[in-house]
Amino acid sequence: MSVAAQRPIPALPLQKTQTHRRRSLRETRNSFLVTFFSVLVIAAFLSPLLRSFALSFQTPEQISQVDAPLWPASPLTFQYQGREFPVYKVSINGVTKEMALVKKGRTESQLVDPANPGAGQITWQGAWRTLQPALTFDPTFDNYTDVWRLLNYPRLLFNTAAIALIGLIGTVVSCTLVAYGFARFRFPGRSFLFLILISTIFLPAAVTLIPTYTIFVKLGWVGTWLPLLVPTFFANAYDVFLLRQYLLTIPREMDEAAAIDGAGPLRTLISVIVPQAWPVIIAVAIFHLVYSWNDFFAPLIYLSTKPELQTLAVGLAQFSANRSAQEPGLIQAGTLLTLIVPVILFLIFQRVFMRGVVITGVEK
Amino acid sequence: MIALRRPRMSRLAWHEARSGLLFLSPWIIGFLAFTLIPIVATLIFTFLNIKLNQDVPLRFVGFDNYLALFGDSQVWDSLLVTLKFAAISLPVAVVLPFAVALLLNSRSLRGSSLFRVLFFMPYTVPFVAGVLIWAQMLNSDSGWINGLLGVVGIQGPDWLNDQGWVYPGLVIIGIWGIGGGIIVNQAGLRGIPTELYDAARIDGAGWWGQLRHVTLPMMSPVIFYTLVLAVVEVLQYFLVPLVLNQGTGEPGGSTRFFNLYLYQTFFSYQDMSYGATLAWLLFIITLAFTGILFWSARFWVYYAGEGSSS
Repeated sequence: MSVAAQRPIPALPLQKTQTHRRRSLRETRNSFLVTFFSVLVIAAFLSPLLRSFALSFQTPEQISQVDAPLWPASPLTFQYQGREFPVYKVSINGVTKEMALVKKGRTESQLVDPANPGAGQITWQGAWRTLQPALTFDPTFDNYTDVWRLLNYPRLLFNTAAIALIGLIGTVVSCTLVAYGFARFRFPGRSFLFLILISTIFLPAAVTLIPTYTIFVKLGWVGTWLPLLVPTFFANAYDVFLLRQYLLTIPREMDEAAAIDGAGPLRTLISVIVPQAWPVIIAVAIFHLVYSWNDFFAPLIYLSTKPELQTLAVGLAQFSANRSAQEPGLIQAGTLLTLIVPVILFLIFQRVFMRGVVITGVEK
Repeated sequence: MIALRRPRMSRLAWHEARSGLLFLSPWIIGFLAFTLIPIVATLIFTFLNIKLNQDVPLRFVGFDNYLALFGDSQVWDSLLVTLKFAAISLPVAVVLPFAVALLLNSRSLRGSSLFRVLFFMPYTVPFVAGVLIWAQMLNSDSGWINGLLGVVGIQGPDWLNDQGWVYPGLVIIGIWGIGGGIIVNQAGLRGIPTELYDAARIDGAGWWGQLRHVTLPMMSPVIFYTLVLAVVEVLQYFLVPLVLNQGTGEPGGSTRFFNLYLYQTFFSYQDMSYGATLAWLLFIITLAFTGILFWSARFWVYYAGEGSSS
């Protein structure tokens, strides 16, 4: 709609007229309440990531413990006279100490202080079953090493990255050419073609899927990367739109100067437009990487017969289906290994990324 | 049209048009090959008997595929499942991004750009990963959601295995997808002229009054846009249950969505013609719903540029 969305919006200046003390006190209180509320909401919103992270370092035994804490914890044990004894939290004379339980009894038990085993056994009056076991921080890395092997992670990572990068080249090249065509040349039917381009965004995928799939089967492309890669070389509505909006903001003077110097349209694109359009080209590249990395349906239907060519997203879904819920730690380790690349890419390029969402989402 | 105008165009204009179309050609070819021809082919498929796993001679079957729809209870059951889920998920898909955007745009919020990044971040988590993470959260015994409900004394349901709770469960799983909607809503909120709020305040409007009489009318085009996209999306919903239970429809058939049936028809049973008929039905339903929305827009969507009533 307007370029306003692209301009960074300055923070609202505090109104100088509100010097009234009660007013500013109320503002401080409001700002504390709203910010505190937001912290709670975002903590709830992102807590599943924390949960996943904690689980990925836990063994199935640690997860299924009664009253298991949120962190990877194992019951503490102590070696005494050549044997392992469990350690409990015991309150002695009002002080809670961690003591090894060497002889269990219903009304009285024998304890040993791990810090001072030389002092010998202490008799403690009380039911040992009421005691809380002492826990120790005990993360396991087995989930990561296991899933690395079981998921065939290096292979799937290579496939996912290769598909994303080849598609990135196709997307950037084709969308830049098409956006340049829409932004710089006048011809009859241009706005009609642009309208068609935009309307494809709203088209349900199901209505083109079946003949496309049938053709790919007949061409023998199912079971190869071609159905995932070839269409990227024929441009897509989102990225063309994003690029075009940016190209329209680049002044024409330099194009015209290049034309007078005898540069053809392609020459002008490469040596004049592209050097000025890097921010948006990077945005399109990041968009495609994240999109391709996260795509599930296309690799699912086109690579189902070839697990060795499959991507991480589909590999992870099949891995979790086969393992069921028995090993949540293993599945969460695989999950984190799958999401780490797109999330880090986003965090590095968050400004470019979100501005791109604004342009494609708002201005259409 | 081009042929008619050609004599009128100067050599230079003709040259420019030719270059422009040349640059557009990747998209034009792609549009024909991957959009226009497949749409037409989908329609043609519905009158044929294409099955990839059987070597039957190609035959024109008239309206047989369409007639089969009426006798196929799975079609209507799965449509009902999809509509039930849409009724629960659409309000969330529209209201939640709007509410978060309101929060982020609040003048009282400190560090709003950091919050914005954090709210958006899960949008970039691969959807399969998001499903597996949230399924863990919704686990009836070890999940944090039931853990939290337990703290306040509520026995949480077995979300994803209980027919009464599976739709709310699926809505919760989809919650990480609101990032795009937040950004769009936020941009919309920033586009509202501050004079309108000043005027409303002078008229004595409080927070609620401003929301009701300024924000909502001014945001109605954005809300309309997110609603249309959400409708198109929810009618095609099926990937989350596919990951959760491999398309079994558990619990009790309540996740047998229409698009799941379509997917199984063309992919598992390789019945391209009947699959195409289902796709065509879905397309018509989508058109009908978006058509109704566009018709209703005149009653509730306010376009500032038109300066009409309300």
